[in-house]
Amino acid sequence: MAKKTVKLKMNIDIERCKGCLLCVDICPQKALAMSSKVNKRGLRYAVLKYPEKCTGCGLCALMCPDCSITIEEDK
Amino acid sequence: MTKKFTKPRSMKDAATHYCPGCGHGLIHRLICEVIDEMDARENAIAIAPVGCAVLAYDYWDFDTMEAPHGRTPAVATGVKRILPDRLVFTYQGDGDLAAIGTAEIIHAGNRGENISVVFVNNGVYGMTGGQMAPTTLLGQRTATSQFTRRADKEGFPLKILEMMAVLPGVTYLERTSVHSPGDVMNTKKAIKKAFHLQLEKKGFTMVEVISPCPTYWGLTPIEAMERIKKEVVKEYPLGVVKDGG
Amino acid sequence: MKEKYLSTGNEACGEGAIRAGCRFYGGYPITPQNELIAYMSRRMDEENRIFIQSESELAAINMVLGASAAGARAMTTSSSPGISLKQEGISYLAGCELPAVIVNVMRGGPGLGNIAPAQGDYFQATKGGGHGDYRMLVLAPASVQEMFDFTYEAFALADRYRNPVMVLTDGMLGQMMEPLEFDKGIKPSGIVDKPWAMTGAKGRKAGSVKSLFLGEGVLERHNKKLQEKYQRMSDKEVKFEAYKTEGAEIILIAYGTVSRITRACVDTLAEEGVKAGLLRPVTLWPFPCAEISRLAKKGTKFLVVEMNAGQMVEDVRLAVQDDKRVSFYGRMGGEIPSEEEIVGEVRKIRKGK
Repeated sequence: MAKKTVKLKMNIDIERCKGCLLCVDICPQKALAMSSKVNKRGLRYAVLKYPEKCTGCGLCALMCPDCSITIEEDK
Repeated sequence: MTKKFTKPRSMKDAATHYCPGCGHGLIHRLICEVIDEMDARENAIAIAPVGCAVLAYDYWDFDTMEAPHGRTPAVATGVKRILPDRLVFTYQGDGDLAAIGTAEIIHAGNRGENISVVFVNNGVYGMTGGQMAPTTLLGQRTATSQFTRRADKEGFPLKILEMMAVLPGVTYLERTSVHSPGDVMNTKKAIKKAFHLQLEKKGFTMVEVISPCPTYWGLTPIEAMERIKKEVVKEYPLGVVKDGG
Repeated sequence: MKEKYLSTGNEACGEGAIRAGCRFYGGYPITPQNELIAYMSRRMDEENRIFIQSESELAAINMVLGASAAGARAMTTSSSPGISLKQEGISYLAGCELPAVIVNVMRGGPGLGNIAPAQGDYFQATKGGGHGDYRMLVLAPASVQEMFDFTYEAFALADRYRNPVMVLTDGMLGQMMEPLEFDKGIKPSGIVDKPWAMTGAKGRKAGSVKSLFLGEGVLERHNKKLQEKYQRMSDKEVKFEAYKTEGAEIILIAYGTVSRITRACVDTLAEEGVKAGLLRPVTLWPFPCAEISRLAKKGTKFLVVEMNAGQMVEDVRLAVQDDKRVSFYGRMGGEIPSEEEIVGEVRKIRKGK
């Protein structure tokens, strides 16, 4: 039976992100990093530095205190 | 299997005023996830504290009201007695619950009020600038324990959950944390259990959540989570303190 | 059909609340209103409503806050020191625009004082007590019948204005027994819809009951709205009783227990050929300043009699605008002035002393 693999995509709303880095710390694939730029509130934010490493596990979203991260099917 | 993770329906769009890495944002979201999963949005009435979470009504998309500092369980009592089939819960910090509101929380528990309490314990008074809380650890420096908390002058960290356990009207007490994904999931489970017990009319339920305050602990958010893991849970052990449900 | 009972003031007050449809009562024992809380303990249970003897007066006013926010008619009662404890809650009720009835059965103060009747909480009731710019209607019964009538009416007023209302009485009125009459089938009056109540956001947007407004200018706008409401209350709800005030050369001004004594003084003085009158404020807020000003235009003198060191007299002075014509006689610490003392004061004033 063919297994249908679904690629999951992780998005960060950079304006909601406060740069707490909890997601960067928890990511088992070390796919996330802090940006060098700042958002409108003057805060640096998390970026998906290595998108190919993301497995969509959701640990980042789980630890995010600001609902900045969404995980969706990558269509 | 498609996995989706988004902001819960019961959470409003507004970005929160909480500091980066504050536990409130996490715990707010968990409460909203539970309320969504229980389809309880139209049934929920929350009583917000005085403290950093005083603005909870800006973030929760269900009926939320204010209470004077510490009186939250008394206000919740008034609401729940009038509307016994609603999901009535309080959300309180360590000043609101363990200092000024100690009489109210004990007596709400002693009367076996059928309400749920989410007690956010971050060992410090955030809103007012980082003063000592009843739950501040010995040896912790705060704005009002400038020489660190000393037992002979400032007393000991207060264990409300353990105190409440002796009350027959209290059904379920659990202490959880948010310092790791597993603990975040446990917190959500505990809140869900408390809410279900309430709707089953099983009595008073309370979840104490050990939460970080990076700003007034003087740590980065990641370090703050580490501090919970290494220091705070030694003083405030995680787990079920009472389960009569 | 009206039924007649012999009742204490405290119990009449409680029954007035029951008949007004009070669904929640929270209170703590304190003399001289313990009969009231005991009465409510029995009657609320009989009527299948909620009675809680709370852990403190603080908890009681906050339970009332919650019950009121949930849309119920709610009441708490206490006496002077307990009312001091409730001030924060009263301010919150006003700020959140929540209806509630608070009964103060006054006793001697300050501090622990004594358990005798007094009127030392006039300032506290009418000038704030709690923090911030708020007002509440203050009703002052002077008989057991009025303890029932005014408490019954207070719930309708509270709902009409979405505001706390106080019934200000004293230990004597609370404990004395007099006939009480009311229609056995009396129903609650002034019932209004409460779309703002915290009942769960079914079929509507989520609401919040709060008094915190941090945005720029928002709290001032909220306060302006409150002040407009208080102006409406002031315009519409003034009540007083005038006894032989027209053409009087001296008008006694008193409320509650003292008004009963001064009424007798008016009659005693009439026998001596002295044209005296009694103006009895029924609402202490709003205060009947317009009526007092009107009477003052005729050159009358005023004697304000209170069981305190001189509180309501300040409002009378403001209304009369002529200090020479306003005198004060008071007893403090739970002492009750006698007819002889008051009549003696009037004689002194007439002699120009």
